[in-house]
Amino acid sequence: MKLFEYEAKNILAKYGIPTPKGGLATSSAQAREVASQIKPPFVVKAQVLVAGRGKAGGILFADTIERVEKVANKLLNMQIKGITVKSVWVEEQIQIKRELYFGITTDRFHQSYVAIASSVGGMEIEEVAQQSPEKVIKFPINPQQGFRSFHARQIARKMGYAGAQLSEIGRIFETLYKIGMDYDAELIEMNPLVETVDGKFVAADARIIIDDNALFRHQEYKKRLLEGESELTPEEIEAIKNDLAYVKLDGNIGVIGNGAGLVMATLDTIQYYGGKPADFLDVGGGAPAEKIATALKIVLSDPKVKTLFINILGGITRCDEVAKGILEAKAKVGVTKPMVIRLVGTNEEEGKRILKDAGIHVLESMEEAAQKAVEISKQGGE
Amino acid sequence: MGIIIGKNTSIIVQGITGTQGSFHTKLMLEYGTKIVAGVTPGKGGTKVHGIPVYDTVEEAQEKHSANASIIFVPAPFAADAALEALENGIRTMVIITEHIPIKDAINLMVNAKQLKATIIGPNTPGIITPEESKLGIMPAHIFKKGTIGMVSRSGTLTYEIAASLTRKGLGQSTCLGLGGDPITGLNFIDALKMFKEDPQTDAVVLIGEIGGNLEELAAEYILKEKYPKPVVTFIAGRSAPPGKRMGHAGAIVMGKAGTAESKIEAFKKAGVKVAEKPSDVAELLT
Repeated sequence: MKLFEYEAKNILAKYGIPTPKGGLATSSAQAREVASQIKPPFVVKAQVLVAGRGKAGGILFADTIERVEKVANKLLNMQIKGITVKSVWVEEQIQIKRELYFGITTDRFHQSYVAIASSVGGMEIEEVAQQSPEKVIKFPINPQQGFRSFHARQIARKMGYAGAQLSEIGRIFETLYKIGMDYDAELIEMNPLVETVDGKFVAADARIIIDDNALFRHQEYKKRLLEGESELTPEEIEAIKNDLAYVKLDGNIGVIGNGAGLVMATLDTIQYYGGKPADFLDVGGGAPAEKIATALKIVLSDPKVKTLFINILGGITRCDEVAKGILEAKAKVGVTKPMVIRLVGTNEEEGKRILKDAGIHVLESMEEAAQKAVEISKQGGE
Repeated sequence: MGIIIGKNTSIIVQGITGTQGSFHTKLMLEYGTKIVAGVTPGKGGTKVHGIPVYDTVEEAQEKHSANASIIFVPAPFAADAALEALENGIRTMVIITEHIPIKDAINLMVNAKQLKATIIGPNTPGIITPEESKLGIMPAHIFKKGTIGMVSRSGTLTYEIAASLTRKGLGQSTCLGLGGDPITGLNFIDALKMFKEDPQTDAVVLIGEIGGNLEELAAEYILKEKYPKPVVTFIAGRSAPPGKRMGHAGAIVMGKAGTAESKIEAFKKAGVKVAEKPSDVAELLT
């Protein structure tokens, strides 16, 4: 789960990492109010959970309180990569001497967390790593020791700091690690971490992604995700509540399958034959009929969907349950769009019989079914 | 032969009384897997499909001295169950449970490494050496004894490819699911090393997916070591957009990292054949 910049900054501030003075606003009047309590010049930042916000015009500067009101008005309700801006963060501009990067993420190969630091901040760290790998310090964290203050100081020294500055930035690194662990972050970063003209350090932007699997330990954010403002569509929320993995895409072939790898391969196969998937939906293992019906309902709620491709390879999932779910959905939500169904595995015969009796044709090969779905999706123009 | 498990591996099922645990205990017994005990705290003294159930792994071990375990315990408690098994002498385990927090998985793996234990999973279908032993939840009938080693990050996609190999008469030595999570006990290189030493394995099928860089590292290893057995790969997620997590906790493209193109390119550079579609794997092996 991605946290908004303001959430991340509030957490950092709570732990004692310096962040620019500022506040959240959902109206231009409120933005003005926030600005009146801090010092100009100001920066107003759209709170959206998409990357590339700056380039899309989501970060604006203002010299006066009046100007803050204006730019906030401009940003609020603006669309950034299809997402409507519902709030802005207003803060003091900081006087930048140098932009740095510091973050902590997971290292799959070493099965540990890894601290990443760079003297080049402000851009995507992967890009820095590609263009000038010598400017990126990667420090695998021994899970038994954790990230200690001396580790932090060693990194600070490598970045060229000494004395009081080394101690201060080291303290910030160590604190960020602590926050990462406390919040089950799979990624936590300050980008940029700014060295100001007077030699202080301030986290000018912060990003935290909480491990979805650990959300049960962070109920307040889970609640925000499911009930409050989030990057998720109503369908995606419905899916989470029903324990379905659903991702909306922008094609016209609705896809439902069991198992993440199989569903991904299904999308790839559709694309291979020239079609465009409308979604990724994994019903997981052993889905009962009701869950299949819910999945159909979610996928069909997208008006762009012209045909539905259901790809089931039953291991723990029983084909007869899937068949019953399809009929249940048909009866309840009234499926009128053509369906292409591929059904093999556990209780295959029974599943096929149920569907055949209802006049639904079932295919055996994934490739054949994908081609069929693509063909239907192209009928009557794109 | 095959890798990691065999006919004589004796097994404890942790979480044996749950729906999944009990159902798959039955299927594993039918396959001939040597299950000797089950563990569910609070259910000690009962039996599941004739298998005695204990409250602790400690007690199960005192009476049965098993050498492997399979875990069906719910996510918030699964890492603890694995630590319990480690502490009581189990050095091979399969963790079926999905959705274990990364922090818990990292802590588990460092303990396992210290004890030189082999952990398969979490979020894995398990491991099967066809016609010998099955420690997992895969539908057994689609596998057939043979000489192809399979290693994968996903479940049903492995079944899809295994079934198509079996249909074409290409049996398998061992099929191993690494697991769909970002942190898993084994990686592709571990599996490749084991298949290299296994006399029954003639060729390896490696099924990867978007996210992380384990496929790229495997490709590098194959190239550097001049891997002696043919490897064929399929990578799922070519059509996945960046920033969207495709079901598996590990399957996500962030910026330029973890894309299918990067993985495919790495494998091609290492001389590994890359299948365009799952059904092409069998053809590339022959």
